[in-house]
Amino acid sequence: MNSATHKRTDSVPLIALHNIRKQYPAVLAVDDVSLSVKAGEIHAVLGENGAGKSTLMKIIYGAVRPDAGRVEWNGQLVNIASPGEARELGIAMVFQHFALFDSITVAENISLALPGKFDLKALAARITEVSQRYGLPLNPLRPVHELSVGERQRVEIVRCLLQSPKLLIMDEPTSVLTPQAVDQLFETLRILAAEGTAIVYISHKLDEIRRLCHRATILRGGRYIGEVDPAAETERRLAELMIGRDFPETQHHAVVAGGITLETMALSVPGDGPFGTALNRVTLRLHSGQILGIAGISGNGQAELLAALTGEFLVDDAQSIWLNGIPIGRMGASARRRLGMVYVPEERLGRGAVPPMTLTQNALLTGYRQGMVQRGLVNAVAVAAYAADCIREYDVRCGGTESPAQSLSGGNLQKYIVGRELRQSPKVMIVAQPTWGVDVAASALIRQQIIDQAAAGVAVLVVSEDLGEILEVCNQVAVIAGGRLSPVRDVSATNAQEIGGWMAGRFPTGDAVLMAHAA
Amino acid sequence: MIESLNPLLASAVAAAIPLILAALGELVAERSGVLNLGLEGMMLIGALAAFVAVAHGGGLVGAVLAAMLAGALIALVFGFVTLTLQANQVAAGLSLTILGTGITAFLGRQYVGFRAPASFVELPIPYLSEIPLLGPSLFSMNLLGYATLVLLAATAWVLYRTRAGLALRCIGESPTVARSLGLPVIPVRYAAVAFGGAMAGLAGCYYAVAQFKMWQEGLTSGNGWIALALVVFATWRPLRVGLGALLFGGVSALGLYLQAINVHVSVFALSSLPYLATIVVLVFISSDQNAIRRNAPASLGKAFHADS
Repeated sequence: MNSATHKRTDSVPLIALHNIRKQYPAVLAVDDVSLSVKAGEIHAVLGENGAGKSTLMKIIYGAVRPDAGRVEWNGQLVNIASPGEARELGIAMVFQHFALFDSITVAENISLALPGKFDLKALAARITEVSQRYGLPLNPLRPVHELSVGERQRVEIVRCLLQSPKLLIMDEPTSVLTPQAVDQLFETLRILAAEGTAIVYISHKLDEIRRLCHRATILRGGRYIGEVDPAAETERRLAELMIGRDFPETQHHAVVAGGITLETMALSVPGDGPFGTALNRVTLRLHSGQILGIAGISGNGQAELLAALTGEFLVDDAQSIWLNGIPIGRMGASARRRLGMVYVPEERLGRGAVPPMTLTQNALLTGYRQGMVQRGLVNAVAVAAYAADCIREYDVRCGGTESPAQSLSGGNLQKYIVGRELRQSPKVMIVAQPTWGVDVAASALIRQQIIDQAAAGVAVLVVSEDLGEILEVCNQVAVIAGGRLSPVRDVSATNAQEIGGWMAGRFPTGDAVLMAHAA
Repeated sequence: MIESLNPLLASAVAAAIPLILAALGELVAERSGVLNLGLEGMMLIGALAAFVAVAHGGGLVGAVLAAMLAGALIALVFGFVTLTLQANQVAAGLSLTILGTGITAFLGRQYVGFRAPASFVELPIPYLSEIPLLGPSLFSMNLLGYATLVLLAATAWVLYRTRAGLALRCIGESPTVARSLGLPVIPVRYAAVAFGGAMAGLAGCYYAVAQFKMWQEGLTSGNGWIALALVVFATWRPLRVGLGALLFGGVSALGLYLQAINVHVSVFALSSLPYLATIVVLVFISSDQNAIRRNAPASLGKAFHADS
């Protein structure tokens, strides 16, 4: 497969970046990096958060201008000053955070990226045609907010395909897809490459890169490290090249499940806003010492479930949620924290931390019960010590306790937030998307912390879109789809295929669990 | 009996026209993501410009052009401050209203007390104006009134049926995404703000040379604020602006009508009716948060700057 499409190995690369450099006020994002991609090649760019991948892609796509270096297109020196110019050259990009407008239809979204006459009917026909040819079914007339994440990604890809790109950039395209959808996407990409399209593929998932890509350029700390044939390397070796040292393996402990700590009984919650998903009789039980993972594509009720569990949304029936034998459905977030609940939300900036405030101030936000406030006055020394301990214990790379939260990379801020929560000796820990957008090394540290906490007797609930992560970290797994919760399985008794099928909504209903409970 | 309602309807429509003009302009600006609270100021500037134009023999065409140009120019100043210099839109908009009120009071002193030498007159449409109720109101308006209906339809068409309108709505929803697709965020916002200014100017022109046919300080008497509320009332949809304006116009007209048929109510209570109605209606609208979230431009009032 890998060598099949190297048609023009000796010819000029389609795009070549030479000695690119980009300095931001606080950080040298890209330092003397070169990259070349040929037509028909699927080329991976590998690196940790902050390695410079995104900046490099933005430079190719014209969204960021380099301080130094040359960009050549078909051997010609070019200056790509805006996304519009990149598009004229034939460069298309599928964004990690989808560049779609929720309130308008699929066809309208796509029309914005295409030049020519504004004729939505003709465009809808073309969308249907292209989506069938590449096996990406889409209804062009549906508004985007009704689509699942996988469908939204199809919109992005079809939008790119309609531009007949010569170079297609894909930034973390599979982070939200079921395993089946990933296979389908790879099939599409291989067809495109065989037709001569060059593809730049960015992902944290090393197994996918080994399966799909012909070559891989590795970046570390903004510098070029080397170029390898990913299929010829092991995942471990690739990870070590990325992080520049030995890669720690996750240490698992024997699971000793204790009593029920957190429990919901036929929990129903209305959808959050016009685009929300209502929870339909969700019953789950979380034992101490156990890690329960809730898989599922985002927008299937995760936000509503987390809001109900953490007290951001108060349910009508106090007795539909129990924490250590106390009905907590009507208690606010603060009361639940007093009972030993901690929460690491999905949005680090804005919910997990206040972006412009310092790390010290952010420690106070949820940690104020740890002796930081006496008689209503803040003990500045205790707060600073707490923040400094979090930074040291969780290996948070930052400019010290007085750095604003927004100055940290996603992975480092997440380590800090996880540390802040775990140092409060919780009984129940709820974590949403623990390693979303976090690089390999930081992910490994965070996952290890979650596992170690459970071994110490904490009940952990992990809500994640990353099925690989759930299967690695959790003892038990359930799937949320359309606001309903699937039966719970032991991780050892299931596999990615089964859970992937459940994520598409095909699972036996959870009423059996409920009946058993009522009896 | 039905005939006795004619004056009420006619004055409701007359009061609605300038509200529609100003609210349409504001709606377009807000749909692009810019909240311009300077509506009242821009209307006053437009009104004075129109009156000065007719007073110096510019005629009605001159009045319309002067009003729209003055409104657009002052809106572009607002645009420069908020879009290029990225000042806070709320503060800049309020300043614009204060500036407009003050500067027109100062510059307009020499024009107080004169009648406009030219003004828009009613042009009943033959046959249509014979229709009961609708005839004397909708089909007996002046030229500006008919133009307003055309502008209303045209704005709705552009917003929902053209690529430019789609782009404008998308820029209001997410300028970041719009930029990554290569849409010209800042130029579109400038254009939308200028359109809003021109329409506010035109609304001012209506007060100066069609409705009151004179100039006095604070001629627009707070209607700019009602037009602002109207945009929220209409949940940012043009045709609902038309309906809402008729409702508010009706409430304003009701006061005069009650006086005319000798129902004795305090003048002050009557003149506060439109504002009371505004509050009641806004509370009513706000109770349906979903309707607002579905239609409100998601990045309304937020400054945007492209990273580079």
